[in-house]
This record gives sequence, C-alpha cells and structure tokens, in this order.
Amino acid sequence: MSRSFTRYTGTMAPLPIQNIDTDQIIPASYLKVTDRSGLASGLFSRWRYRDGDPEGEPISDFVLNRAEHGEARILLAGDNFGCGSSREHAPWALVGYGFRAVISTSFADIFRSNALKNGLLVVPVAEDVSAALFDAVAANPATEVTIDLKAQALSLPGGGETNFEVDPFARRCLLDGTDQLGYLLNQASSIQAFEAANPARLDTRSG
Amino acid sequence: MSAPRTLFEKIWRRHVVSPEGVTAEAEGLPAIVYVDLHLVHEVTSPQAFTELVERGLPVRRPDLTLATMDHSTPTDPSIDDARLRVLDPEGSAQLDRLQANCERYGIPLYAMGDERRGIVHVIGPELGATQPGMTVVCGDSHTSTHGAVGALAFGIGTSEVGHVLATQCLLQHRPKTYEVRVDGRLQEGVVAKDIILAVIARLGIGGGTGHVFEYTGEAIRALDMEGRMTVCNMSIEGGARAGLIAPDEVTFAYLEGRPMAPSGDAWEAALEDWRSLPTDEGAAYDRSTTLDGSALEPMVTYGTNPGMAIPIAGAVPEDEAIEPEKRASFRKALDYMALEPGQQLQGKPIDVVFVGSCTNSRYSDLVAAANVLRGRKVADGLRVLIVPGSDAVKRQAERDGLAQVFVDAGAEWREAGCSMCLAMNGDQLAPGQYAVSTSNRNFEGRQGAGGRTFLASPLTAAASAITGRVTDVREVLS
Ligand code: SF4
Repeated sequence: MSRSFTRYTGTMAPLPIQNIDTDQIIPASYLKVTDRSGLASGLFSRWRYRDGDPEGEPISDFVLNRAEHGEARILLAGDNFGCGSSREHAPWALVGYGFRAVISTSFADIFRSNALKNGLLVVPVAEDVSAALFDAVAANPATEVTIDLKAQALSLPGGGETNFEVDPFARRCLLDGTDQLGYLLNQASSIQAFEAANPARLDTRSG
Repeated sequence: MSAPRTLFEKIWRRHVVSPEGVTAEAEGLPAIVYVDLHLVHEVTSPQAFTELVERGLPVRRPDLTLATMDHSTPTDPSIDDARLRVLDPEGSAQLDRLQANCERYGIPLYAMGDERRGIVHVIGPELGATQPGMTVVCGDSHTSTHGAVGALAFGIGTSEVGHVLATQCLLQHRPKTYEVRVDGRLQEGVVAKDIILAVIARLGIGGGTGHVFEYTGEAIRALDMEGRMTVCNMSIEGGARAGLIAPDEVTFAYLEGRPMAPSGDAWEAALEDWRSLPTDEGAAYDRSTTLDGSALEPMVTYGTNPGMAIPIAGAVPEDEAIEPEKRASFRKALDYMALEPGQQLQGKPIDVVFVGSCTNSRYSDLVAAANVLRGRKVADGLRVLIVPGSDAVKRQAERDGLAQVFVDAGAEWREAGCSMCLAMNGDQLAPGQYAVSTSNRNFEGRQGAGGRTFLASPLTAAASAITGRVTDVREVLS
C-alpha cells in the first residue's frame, strides 16, 4: 500500500452529509479481517448496496454507483467526517477503493491521524470553499481539482486556489515516504532514558 | 512555585519523552509520549502484530500490555468454542490470532473462560490496572473511559497500536483543554448517562475535536466511580479523544485493594502522588462550558448520532430549529429512524432493550436496572438483553441475586462482551426494529443493519422494558 502523497488532480465524488461516522464508512461486519486488504467492497456498503450486501443490487442513486462519479478518487464530504469508532479499517477501505484524498470542513481526530498514516490525504477547507466545490460538482461532475501537498494548496474550479492545513510531520512523512514507526524506533535511546528515570508502576503479568 | 497547571498538563508533562519540535529544524514535530498501559483486543490488533512480525520487532513492554477478548465474542451461554468455530469461523480465527500473538510476545491475555475477561474498558479499572496520572491507550475510541480515574486515556488506530507495541510510545501533538463543568445536584431519575448525553447535545458531536475534556463541578464530584466512567466513556461522542476527572477520595476508595493497584507502602506513596494531580487553583483551560445539573432531565436520542438527544418528555425538533445547512442530514436521520419532526418519543413502541456496553454494563448499572425490574415483568413480545461488562460483574450479579431479578422479569441474562453495542457477534437488531440501548452509538446500522437505536440510561432502559415503549423512569417509580 502506497503511503505517500505529493500531488493529485482529479474529479470528486460528492457526499454532502455531515458527521459521516466510521461505522458508515466500513460496517462492523467487515472488522473480522486480520489483514488490511479486501475492505473496498465494504466501503459505504450500507448506502451502496441494497441490504448492505455487496453481492446484492447496487443502490443506483448512491454517489459511488453513479456513472459520472465512478472514476472519482477524491471524496468531497460534509462536516466532521470520520467521527465515531477508531477503526483504521475506514481509511483502509477508502484507500482500497482507490480514494486518494477526502475534502471536508472538518475531520474527527482519530480518523485524521489514521488516514494520514495510510497515504489518504485529508484536506480541511472553509465552509464557503466546501459549498463552492459541492456547487461546482453538481453543475459539472467532471470538475477537476488539484491537491498539491507540497504547496498545501487546493486549486478551485473557478480559478485560483486555497491553502489548507496539514500536520507538518504527517506532511513530511507523506512527501518523502518517511515511515512513522521507523522514526519512533530511531528514538530508542531517548525512550530508554525515559524508562530509566520513570520506573513502571504496574506489571500486567501480576494480575 | 510553578505556574498553576491543569490535570491534563500535569499528566502530559510527566509522559513527554521528547517535546514537540520547537527548533526551526524540528518545527512541527510531534511530541513522543510514553504509554503506561496499553490495552489490546482482538479486532484492532492483528494488523499491528503483523507489522511487528514483518519487521522482526519485539514487543517492547509486554509487562505494560494487557489483552482481552470482547468485541466479537459470543454472549449466548450455549455457544461454546466448538460451536463458535462453525457459526463464526472468521471471528474464531481472529480470536485465535490474538491468542497466538499474545503467546508469541508474552502478553497477558484474558481469553474466553478466564475469570478476569470482559470488555476492555470495564476490566481496566476493575482490576485496578488503570490508575490516576497514567497514560492509557487502546485501539478503541472509548478508551476515554479510563479518564474517570484521572488517567489520560485515549483511543488510537491500528498503526498506532503497532507503534506502542514496538516502542511503548506515540507521536502526538498536544491537545487543547476543555473544562466541562456540571454544577448542582441531579434530580431523582437523572444519572451519569443523562449528564453526558446532555453535554454532547449541547456541544455537538464535533464540539470537542482537538481537545481533552475535564469534567468538573458538583454534579460530577457527586458521581460514584462507575458513573464517572459512564461520563468519560462518551467523551469521544463529543469529539474529544479523552475525558478526565480529577482523582479524589472516591477514586482512592474505589482503587484500594484491587488486584493491580499498589499496596502497602507503595499505596501510600501512590496516594501522595495522586493527591497532587488535580488542576491547580487558577490554572486556565483553552475553553470551558457550564451546565446546570439540577435542570437536567432523563435524556434520550432520537437521531443517528449521539448529539441528537432530547429530554425524554420533549419532542423531536422541528425543521426550523435546525440550521439550514444541517437540515438535509437531519432529515436523512429522521427518515432512517422513521420519525417526524415534532414527534414525541415517549410512548413510542420498541422491539428490543439492550442493557450493556462499556458505557453502562458495570455492577451499579445492573443494580439500577434491577431496582426498576424487580418484581415486574418485561412487556409481551419485547426482547430484553442484559449483558454484563465483565465476567466479574456477571459473577457478582449472580451471587447477589440481580441475575435472578432479570431472569424472573423475563430478560435474557448473557455472558460478558460488547454484544449488541456494535453487533459483531450475532447479537443484533433486525432491520426496522427499535431499541432502547444503554450503549454509546446510535449510528445507522450500528446495532444491526436497518436497526434503530434510542440511547438512554439503564433506568430509562429498564422502565421501557416494562412498558415496551420509550418510558420516563420517574413514571414507573412514582
Ligand atoms: S462495548 Fe461497544 S463501545 Fe465499548 S468497547 Fe465494546 S464495541 Fe466498543
């Protein structure tokens, strides 16, 4: 799985719903996997298929089932995207499906952190920008935007661009492919020093 | 004298291995934060262990790690291991995987049949493993529960589970602080669950994003430890990754003598330390809000997120009461719930009552429900599940006759686990069914595809079990 991101240009799939929780992104019935793959078919499955069953009939008016949005790799979603459960299966499913980025006015903390660790860029935008993007996609589903992580800039359909915030460390990791666990492992001497100065107050093996 | 600090700041400072980047070169680098206790369960850990195996890494501190099985385990007492393998091969495989991973790395595991097993956020405090001043993490968003003892506790994703397994540390930016003050004394029939539902309704489900809540005020102080756990548990439903309550004599009395709590001289030393943790006079929070606890009523949710809650005697809001840009989502929620704007919830017929989950499955929750159900019968045709949060809670309830109260009333008395809170284990609503649930999430399909959830307290759930309708407990008790 690629965990890097530099720049992407493409169309958007609009999902103008607020507070989309991770249970909707990937329902609990998909959480019995022991690896990260195979989750794409479960993505939004309760909204995407009749009775939530990927073998069953697709719900034709759900955005991912509409021909004009079938190729979109940027999700344009309502406020507070990714709230609820901490399941990293949510970004795994979005990435597995092919999404590269999610644009919203805000993201839940744990989802944001999980997404950025999986090469899925979260792009927070102001309310007026979000509204303009939804309007542009409604008027023309082929509307493209460019997300440039290095410049932290999102091109706007009518011309111009807007800057967005991203955690600087996550940005660095995405741009140069730094692996966060590798970074932490390199701090072993500080961790050891901390442990020496702060003896454990618990031994879980003693219970 | 150092500057006055909040409880959060004190815990944070004690756990910083290296601070957030301040030099130009390190600008924006997150802090490295040490984790005192890492709780693990079957659903969010397998991929993290795989990462360790692939990189050939050991688990740094198995002695600070504790695993249990809870999310997908059966609560039907007739399902044994052999039957589970047939009924749910994927779920069994996941349990096997946890067992194998724990054996490989020497992590203590409370597997099926172990007397210490239970929902991860019930057993942590119950065993005395979560203690004031600690940092506690788990691959589960309701880790915030442990904040009730005055620990900084928050949920993490699976990549981070891997980070903690390998390094006992996390990369974190320091969150902001948010004081949630609840003054006054609660009225009869109003309990911890109503406080937190009212808080979330007030702040909105994204209201605490980027913050850690600290709950203060007379109404919070007056709660027992299990009530405090209920409040902290749902911090995440207000968008805050963690919720804290300053430790006090109630906390110490709760912890004393628990298996993993310090004892003897270590207990005395710990007490002295813990007493220094509460927020100093004059310390500043980044934000604050105050609620009048004496004005709170029993709360119930009507929509598809926990912020969509109303006093039980109230009505679903009218369209006009909702901000225009939120109306489409509001309508979508009501369509899903098959409710109308302005509709009363009280008296609404229901199909299922679920008393359980890491929010409300502790002994005192069961006592509250049993006090309402004692000598009464559940309504005809209603399914009532009572699911204790841990094996220890279950045994105590059986010893003390609570279980018998439930069985006599016509409820199902189950094995400990997450059960219908997330409906991974076969305990679930049928499409279209309504449930009054003591759990924490009323998201679409959370308790089973097409199922509709009204979140409420154990008192409201028990009262509704008797009538088969959404019921104000004060009417049943009066
Ligand atoms: S009871 Fe529900 S919320 Fe709590 S840990 Fe289990 S699934 Fe999560």
